[in-house]
Amino acid sequence: MSTRPKVAVHKFSSCDGCQLAFLNAGEALLALPELLDIVHFAEAGMLDPDEPVDIAFVEGSVYTPEDVDRIRRIRTSSRYLISIGACATSGGIQALRNLGDTRDWVGAIYARPEYIQTLDQSRAIAEEVKVDLELWGCPVTTAQVVAAIRALLYGVAPVKNRDKVCMDCKRNQTVCTLVARGEPCLGPVTGTGCGALCPAFGRDCYGCFGPAENPNTGALARRFQGLGLLPVDIARRFLFISNDAPAFAAEGRKWREEG
Amino acid sequence: MMGTIPTATNEDAGFLARERLATLLEAGRALGYRWQGPQLRDGAIVMAPLEEPSALPWGTGDRQAAGEYRTRPGDPRRAFAWANGPQALKPLVFAPRETLWRVKRDAQGRLAFAAETPLVPRTAVLGVRACDLAALELQDRHFLAPGREDPHYAERRHALLLVAVNCTHPAATCFCASTGDGPAAQTGYDLLLDELDEGYIVRVGSQAGQALFEQLTLRPVSEAQWQAAASATEQAVAAQQRVLPPGDLSGPLFGNLDHPRWEVVAERCLSCGNCTSVCPTCFCHRQDAAPSLDGASSDQQRSWDSCFSEGHSYVHGRSLRHDTRTRYRQWLTHKLGGWHAQYGRSGCVGCGRCIAWCPVGIDITEEAQAICGGGEHG
Repeated sequence: MSTRPKVAVHKFSSCDGCQLAFLNAGEALLALPELLDIVHFAEAGMLDPDEPVDIAFVEGSVYTPEDVDRIRRIRTSSRYLISIGACATSGGIQALRNLGDTRDWVGAIYARPEYIQTLDQSRAIAEEVKVDLELWGCPVTTAQVVAAIRALLYGVAPVKNRDKVCMDCKRNQTVCTLVARGEPCLGPVTGTGCGALCPAFGRDCYGCFGPAENPNTGALARRFQGLGLLPVDIARRFLFISNDAPAFAAEGRKWREEG
Repeated sequence: MMGTIPTATNEDAGFLARERLATLLEAGRALGYRWQGPQLRDGAIVMAPLEEPSALPWGTGDRQAAGEYRTRPGDPRRAFAWANGPQALKPLVFAPRETLWRVKRDAQGRLAFAAETPLVPRTAVLGVRACDLAALELQDRHFLAPGREDPHYAERRHALLLVAVNCTHPAATCFCASTGDGPAAQTGYDLLLDELDEGYIVRVGSQAGQALFEQLTLRPVSEAQWQAAASATEQAVAAQQRVLPPGDLSGPLFGNLDHPRWEVVAERCLSCGNCTSVCPTCFCHRQDAAPSLDGASSDQQRSWDSCFSEGHSYVHGRSLRHDTRTRYRQWLTHKLGGWHAQYGRSGCVGCGRCIAWCPVGIDITEEAQAICGGGEHG
């Protein structure tokens, strides 16, 4: 009988991309089975969703009535529940529907809308059950997942770092896309974790790791206005990947109403 | 610490024609140095490995304002007709990220600690400005203080050879004349160049610089060339628009901890840490343990931190400076006040980077004047 901690990886409404943080882990993929028993991970072939586990990783949003029942069962059978990725924590693409009326959308798209069973709102996992740790990002990185596992194996709380993307961008010595090119970069209000990936390739940050700690979204939005963005464009910057995170949702909705 | 103030005589100075700039790089390489020099990358002048003079930003100028940096065409005969880009010497001596030590656990569970020493090739830097020499001297005071020398910084610092170029094109964000740190280099360089239309006046500032100087074939500097260099420096002083209130600001800063201006600046400030990251004197850092997944080893990593981050004031379960007001106040009171007691002078060398590279264009000179009074915004 193994004494290794049991782990499950569950998927809700999502694109499956965050699960690749495990599958693309490289060398860590060889070390993981030595440290853990992965009992359920459909994308990797293991299927035992009801087995009690020490750690349940949960990707995706709660979207349907069936999702509600399933996440509650998972919570009951898990010691630690870790939600991973924007869909599970801060919105994701499908949460954009929260900005409109779901019944209107469904009625406009489906010939027989009565067959569609969906909740009025797409929800983060923590809105439905207690979550022990949220790993933000679209997608989350292998480094985030591995660090969380290592900390739990040591029996310590995983280190939280919600510093701004700018901190990593400057450590990388990347030239600032906002200051040097006038791009509407969300780095100054977005939490790091990606390693300032987009600016390293000359692209402004679009906020996929969600709000940083102490985000001054209002000041950055006013700066975007100074760069020539219309209110509707400013709203779209905030209401994208992390559209359901409170700080981004509030700022985005404010500019959306002005537009 | 690296040199003495040179006398402007032809005995320890010479003139290097523009077409012969490559001989400087060759001479440096012959002495075992790799070169770092200014180059145009991603819309800014940055320091990068330099192979040939042709890679320098010939004919490139810049336009800087609060929260804005752009390059623009300049005189094609000039490679140094610009004010500093985002980097200083800081990344070359105080690495943005580095491993300080490693610990490994053996089969019996015993821990073995080992220092991680960086392997640093000898590096000659071309195009260093007076403000950055002054900043390096300040970083030396911090990292090379007797009895608590930082070995990682020391390793990188001692590998450097500094070829300064006097600044002739300060940006609108510059105010080194008011802090007394520029635009002409006073000390701290190994060689000092003045860029003229037809080439470079080369001056010696240290023994290492002398060794390089002796490898060069130079002509005597003419009186007209000395005049041209002096006049360019005068113009660079006159061109500066911003001013930092003079003297030790500890009194007015620490006497105004409840000034309403702190709230005003906090409404604009993103607390993103760009100012402290581009600041050539800021030295704050964090350390993190990076354990391997199997738990058998761990790297102790140091990386640039900022007084604008949550972790900077984290003590026993909470951050003492949880809002932007207290973080900005910490930065300004330390930089312009606390440094006087710690290091004998202000921590600001007037490079203006924190103004240009602040995404929302907060101006340290304006804030200092508002808090300390005496300025137009007071």
